[in-house]
Amino acid sequence: MTTRTLAVVSAGLSTPSSTRLLADRLTTATVDALRQRGEDATVEHVELREHARGLADHLVTGFPAGELEAALDTVVGADGLIAVTPVFSASYSGLFKTFFDVLDPDALSGRPVLMGATAGTARHSLVLEHAMRPLFAYLRAVVVPTGVFAAAEDWADGDGGALLPRVQRAAGELADLIAGLGRAGDGRAARPADPFADFVPFDQLLGDQA
Amino acid sequence: MQFGIFTVSDITTDPTTGRTPSEAERIQAVLAIARKAEEVGLDVFALGEHHNPPFFSSSPTTTLAYVAAQTSTLQLSTATTLITTNDPVKIAEDYAMLQHLAGGRVDLTLGRGNTGPVYPWFGQDIRDGIPLAVENYALLRRLWDTEVVDWKGKYRTPLQGFTSTPRPLDGVAPFVWHGSIRSPQIAEQAAYYGDGFFANHIFWPPEHTKRMVEFYRGRFAHHGHGDADQAIVGLGGQVFMRKNSQDAVAEFRPYFDDAPVYGHGPSLEEFSRETPLTVGSPQQVIERTLVFRDYVGDYQRQLFLVDHAGLPLKTVLEQLDILGEEVVPVLRREFAARKPAHVPDAPTHAARVAARRAATPAPEEVRA
Repeated sequence: MTTRTLAVVSAGLSTPSSTRLLADRLTTATVDALRQRGEDATVEHVELREHARGLADHLVTGFPAGELEAALDTVVGADGLIAVTPVFSASYSGLFKTFFDVLDPDALSGRPVLMGATAGTARHSLVLEHAMRPLFAYLRAVVVPTGVFAAAEDWADGDGGALLPRVQRAAGELADLIAGLGRAGDGRAARPADPFADFVPFDQLLGDQA
Repeated sequence: MQFGIFTVSDITTDPTTGRTPSEAERIQAVLAIARKAEEVGLDVFALGEHHNPPFFSSSPTTTLAYVAAQTSTLQLSTATTLITTNDPVKIAEDYAMLQHLAGGRVDLTLGRGNTGPVYPWFGQDIRDGIPLAVENYALLRRLWDTEVVDWKGKYRTPLQGFTSTPRPLDGVAPFVWHGSIRSPQIAEQAAYYGDGFFANHIFWPPEHTKRMVEFYRGRFAHHGHGDADQAIVGLGGQVFMRKNSQDAVAEFRPYFDDAPVYGHGPSLEEFSRETPLTVGSPQQVIERTLVFRDYVGDYQRQLFLVDHAGLPLKTVLEQLDILGEEVVPVLRREFAARKPAHVPDAPTHAARVAARRAATPAPEEVRA
């Protein structure tokens, strides 16, 4: 049984937060779906609220300090990502965007991603498609077809209502992609290039100027 | 080992008074700082190059020539000469001229420059930064090392039978350092030529500097210039000192909080923890600086940034007194005691001329 790592980035601000609640639902369903496919999973949570100052500092200084660096490494090193944001002003929150702004642009290349969003009403649900999906497309992540949006009313349905089947469908899609990565280290999603391994030897760079 | 200061030549409002020095004042202040550096026994004064406000130093060789005339032992250098946007022919001419005027007390640090708009002002494109640095430096070397140059490249007009004048003093061109904050490719360039590598070592955590220097040292050995620990390494650093460390923190904090580049971000305490910035007593600066050697190995040059972010001239001169009286003598002694004999000293003109004479027999000897 292969053990996969699943990073869960959640940008909710309140406690308890419905964004985290949705992230937890998606995480549990994904871990279950992976088990059904014969795969184990370890889950690493990144609560962006805890990194709010670290993210602002990173914008100013150009480097991540201690805990933020660990959070970025968690996401870069994971086999799959669940990313959930509240909807602010017709898009993902600024905090959510900042995290992906400071991430190396190649870091998520080819990585399976499941996206989720929360808001007070269902009128914001297309934020998943007009804001989040393009962001992850730019990062060349592989986003599962089903994005999961939860409005306030979704939490009112005692039996999970319409939300639960969407969660399960999305989790199944993510699990399929992760399970399809092959064994750890063989042809899995590309990691960002190490600039120290990736330099051009100077004689080549000089060409006929040597 | 050489100790000195480097300045970026920023004209910044003093956040404690709201007063901004005029260009004229700031330029005179930097000259006073350079003179003071020699007076307190420092070895090196290095000046940046910028072509946009709030910086004044668009013409470092002019400034350094003036400093050369007012000093007698101070090594004059740059804290980046832009190898991308300057014509390499003009760099060859200007720095050879400065070398003659300063009696050989000149070296320079090449950098690409990271201000996008500067490139088009000089007819270039920041996306060509690396190829420009490669071609321009290859040409600069030829202009200094070869009397008559025929040359054709991509980024400037070709040269036919061109001789850059004056020729380098004693036939030995100024020593070149290559500076880069983030590009291993520039460390590779330094290693290829057996030149020095200068790590900014101010803005980012020490682990980053460690990796860059390690990489440069490995490539220096790969290109056959000696062992990895014989590569020529310089480090930046940033300090603010008072007798009592609480006084240093209290006095420096408003300048830190408002500083260009990293101000309005992390706290002074966080930034001091994450980067080599040391604000405290002279003893704290000594202890922290000695630790640099643990992660870059024995190195040749340590430059401190002491005059930015609107610090008044009087304060900067006091910092230089502390550096010269209490900090550098101890560092000089301690670093020397730790350095193995096979690790070279910082390059000087006299030593390089002697090395060249030793390597190539003088004409008389050839005839005999």
